[in-house]
Amino acid sequence: MVKAKGLYKSFDGRTVLTDINVTFETSKVNLIIGQSGSGKTVLLKSLIGLVGIDEGTVFFDDKNIKNLDNKQLKDLHTEIGVVFQGGALFDSFSVIENVKFPLNLFSNMTEKEKIERARFCLNRVNLDDVDNLYPAEISGGMKKRVAIARAIVLNPKYLFCDEPNSGLDPVNSIVIDNLIHEITHEYNMTTIVNTHDMNSVFEIGENIVFIADGNKEWEGNKDNIAQADNKKLNDFIFSSQLYKKIREKL
Amino acid sequence: MKFLILVGNYVIFIKKVFSKQEKNRIFFKNIGSELEKLGFNSIPLVLIISFFIGAVLTLQTAYNMASPLLPRYLIGYLTRETLLLEFSSTIVSVILAGKIGSNVASEIGTMKITEQIEALEAMGVNSISYLVAPKIISAMLINPILYIFSVFIGIIGGLLTGILSGVVNFEDFIQGLHFSFNSYYVVYSIIKSFVFAFIFTSIPAFYGYNVQGGALEVGKASTRAVVDSSIAILIANLILTQILL
Ligand SMILES: Nc1ncnc2c1ncn2[C@@H]1O[C@H](COP(=O)(O)OP(=O)(O)O)[C@@H](O)[C@H]1O
Ligand SMILES: [Mg+2]
Repeated sequence: MVKAKGLYKSFDGRTVLTDINVTFETSKVNLIIGQSGSGKTVLLKSLIGLVGIDEGTVFFDDKNIKNLDNKQLKDLHTEIGVVFQGGALFDSFSVIENVKFPLNLFSNMTEKEKIERARFCLNRVNLDDVDNLYPAEISGGMKKRVAIARAIVLNPKYLFCDEPNSGLDPVNSIVIDNLIHEITHEYNMTTIVNTHDMNSVFEIGENIVFIADGNKEWEGNKDNIAQADNKKLNDFIFSSQLYKKIREKL
Repeated sequence: MKFLILVGNYVIFIKKVFSKQEKNRIFFKNIGSELEKLGFNSIPLVLIISFFIGAVLTLQTAYNMASPLLPRYLIGYLTRETLLLEFSSTIVSVILAGKIGSNVASEIGTMKITEQIEALEAMGVNSISYLVAPKIISAMLINPILYIFSVFIGIIGGLLTGILSGVVNFEDFIQGLHFSFNSYYVVYSIIKSFVFAFIFTSIPAFYGYNVQGGALEVGKASTRAVVDSSIAILIANLILTQILL
């Protein structure tokens, strides 16, 4: 479980997050949805501690991050896997080195064990035969998958993904969504995914938080989102002709 | 005022560079790869430039010594002094500020805008010390060596050109090399090259780390890094010369 309590964040006097209170549940894919610029990335990074928050706090299960010292924070970070929007793979490392990297830092495995573990994770995201390629040499979808492999290599309890299928074609988007859904349940992770992709919402949205202009506007799941009577949410979901037509049929 | 804030932020940045390191093994591995990337890859450039500057110094000195009363060994002497005191430490470092500085700023700036730095932070890595300390330390290790190479190759360039063009003979040139040799000058220059290496890696790293935006900003940061580290080297040269000589 990851819980935000009374989060506020502003940049140079401009408020980006206002009083965010939300609980993300374990063994579920929790979605944060909203328009571009609504504050999804800032919220995600505030939860992880990459962006300093002005007010409020974050709980990782029973741990209040405000009460942790540096050592404890560092330990907490080994339990967090993050998939950044562009993948954020290290350009100077090959695919396998990228995935192995957290093991180099935080495990006492032998080189052979590390490679085995990295291979296992790459295999889990259906990537074979790309071990020795560099990030510049693989496709966008592959990059996201390598990023997922790197994020899960230390068996994290918490997985954060910032728009994991942005920039991907519909087929690859669904592959990535399903992958995130599967590993969340397989490893009982608390998974939090930023997205503005409607397919993801209806496919994997086991718990959904909608934010607009840095405010939490609505909370629910894929089964009740279509019936929600929040105007901003409806404008957001049914902005395309396709989804408008689908709604008429519902 | 803006300048003071910039300097203040730079000092905070440097403190973070030398705060707690990650595992020693990883740190030394990173130093190894930086030595190769920043140091060994700069050797050809330094050698070529030094050879030609040594050659030109010799010819210029010879052509400007019209009076037959001036001893020919002065040609070797002046070539040596110029290389030893200023060219191989200061000017070579300014050149390296262009080569290494732009490389460091754009590498770190690109990592910043593509969230690679945040990826490190998310893993609990102190990204500043992880990325920047190995670069600074490698450059400080390699720059004094490049200095020595540069002096030697410059002198060889001068000697060969001097003899081949007939402006000076071997014995005179060698006599000039020995003439009034002060070994403290070498110490002074090596101290300078340490300091300059610190400057031309840390300032670009600082600018790279503070990039916000996209590729355009990385380019701007890289240009600024080269200009400002070159200026900083020249100012440091003035200060060190006052203190040390
Ligand atoms: N480092 C920053 N400095 C200033 N403003 C920022 C910063 N990061 C994000 N913002 C602003 O916060 C708002 C929310 O951004 P973001 O969370 O990236 O939106 P999105 O929902 O598209 O992920 C935007 O208006 C953005 O300009
Ligand atoms: Mg975003």
